Amino acid sequence: MSFRPVFEAHPWDAVQASIYAKTAADVERALAAPRRTLDDFKALVSPAAAPYLEQMAQLSHRLTRRRFGNTMQLYVPLYLSNECQNICTYCGFSLDNKLKRRTLSSVEMLAEAAVLKGWGYDHVLLVTGEANQTVGVDYLEKALKTLRPHFAHLSMEVQPLDQADYERLIPQGLNTVLVYQETYHQADYKTHHPKGKKSNFYYRLDTPDRLGRAGIHKMGLGVLIGLEDWRTDCFYTALHLDYLEKTYWQTKYSLSFPRLRPAEGLLQPKVEMSDRELVQLICAYRLLNEEVELSLSTRETPAFRDQAIKLGITSISAGSKTNPGGYAVEPESLEQFEISDERSPADIAAMLRRQGYEPVWKDWDAALA
Amino acid sequence: MTTQPLVIADRTFTSRLFTGTGKFSSSALMEEALLASGSELVTVALKRVDVADADDDILRHLHHSQLHLLPNTSGVRTAREAVFAAQLAREALETNWLKLEIHPDPKYLLPDPVETLKAAEELVKLGFVVLPYVHADPVLCKRLEAVGVAAVMPLGAPIGSNKGLLTKEFLEIIIGQSKVPVVVDAGIGAPSHAAAALEMGADAVLVNTAIAVAGQPVAMAHAFKMAVEAGRLAYEARLAAPVAHEAVASSPLTAFLD
Repeated sequence: MSFRPVFEAHPWDAVQASIYAKTAADVERALAAPRRTLDDFKALVSPAAAPYLEQMAQLSHRLTRRRFGNTMQLYVPLYLSNECQNICTYCGFSLDNKLKRRTLSSVEMLAEAAVLKGWGYDHVLLVTGEANQTVGVDYLEKALKTLRPHFAHLSMEVQPLDQADYERLIPQGLNTVLVYQETYHQADYKTHHPKGKKSNFYYRLDTPDRLGRAGIHKMGLGVLIGLEDWRTDCFYTALHLDYLEKTYWQTKYSLSFPRLRPAEGLLQPKVEMSDRELVQLICAYRLLNEEVELSLSTRETPAFRDQAIKLGITSISAGSKTNPGGYAVEPESLEQFEISDERSPADIAAMLRRQGYEPVWKDWDAALA
Repeated sequence: MTTQPLVIADRTFTSRLFTGTGKFSSSALMEEALLASGSELVTVALKRVDVADADDDILRHLHHSQLHLLPNTSGVRTAREAVFAAQLAREALETNWLKLEIHPDPKYLLPDPVETLKAAEELVKLGFVVLPYVHADPVLCKRLEAVGVAAVMPLGAPIGSNKGLLTKEFLEIIIGQSKVPVVVDAGIGAPSHAAAALEMGADAVLVNTAIAVAGQPVAMAHAFKMAVEAGRLAYEARLAAPVAHEAVASSPLTAFLD
């Protein structure tokens, strides 16, 4: 059992055509439905929904508050390594990019962790590139063991692993894994990932299934917005989520919607998504799924984030550095991508409080796993 | 006018409104709302507090002599995890009271009856005062009573849904046959729902989302306080029976008796 047959039953061109064929009547039906379907989601991300944005935003705000209350989870990435054997056309850590490669030792990880703890963080996201010789499963296991005593919740955004590897890491304190498909457009995926293990589209597509079978607590999905038509790509994310929720019903899910940011010497987005469109997507995800966590990173600007948090978002990062050692060990090294919101975690927490949200630093406990 | 106190295990409660600590826009507001609610039992998720931190933001706002803590195991998926979390909570929060909640389904947070029964039996043996969160399942409630739980906490509707007493028919059966107090937990979205639960004989209700997410949480907490008091008073005063049918002039089935 895997997502592949579900995916293959939905050819890209047909999905795209059906989204663009949606009408105002379809959108109104979707808005009025007590429980929305994937077909309703198509209407909500379609161009036909643009005039209904305020209505979508109000609904999304209400549903999010009812489920998540007046709270916002805070997390921060901790980059462990920028070594990578893949070529990804949009990524600063791509193999063909000339930059100093660095992988943190345990001592350095703890130095970075101390800064994050000092800011109040209890949920951290560990990030690496894909370099199996240096940052393989042994390294990840060591990182989890090193950091487990210091944080309540550990997430990981690294290369896709085999099921047995996940089964090995989960007991070491791995709570959440983020694995973004980047794009569900198969031909385009090949263009953007010409070399390295990542070029295998289906190995990546099957990763959430391997995580589900391994019994992961939470997983995060998403596409990199800018590579392909976002409406169609995000429909596949929704389709994937729907399949996963039904198959691995004990797992929690979160969605992200990173917009491609300029990085050192790399491609510009093929498709630009406006702020209005990003809001439309956030609201459409919420209207489809009232329980899913929606996460917004520091890729977005302060002005956008301050407003968007009310529209369906449930977790945000703050103070992020996207270079290994960026917090303490080697702050001057090259970043994976540029951060747009450089405000400190304390500033973000104050902004949240001003808007009537309680910043939540801890919502898990190592004792629960 | 006072109503009968509620006794659970070794503790007597004047207030039949139990509350939660999640979803408030600040801990200070939570504190103010809880005080306005008159609640004497407040559930707190182990995962949300830092038990190693003496100055934890949630816990320090709950330091009032009338507010007894009811740690909950939210987040656990199995009996084994629940027992472990319960022991940690007992040690850290210095109470053997426990709201046992095991919901392996993170979407609707519906309780797992099999794991809950298993964990309840073990926790009672370990000396806990166990209040399990369960479906409105009358048989399960009797099974839990048999293993020694201090109360049962059946749901009115899915947690956080504010939909009210959707399980009314089953709650009535549970209330009718329970030998331990029945606390309606989850789904209560308005003071009228809470009043209805008490009127039908529930011993208490637990309310969180409906207060925390209200426009004015403190005022809403007070509204719930009054509703729960009114509901209980009405229950004790015995409601007048509703008029079922209009009187009929002729009696076709019983006229032969005249």
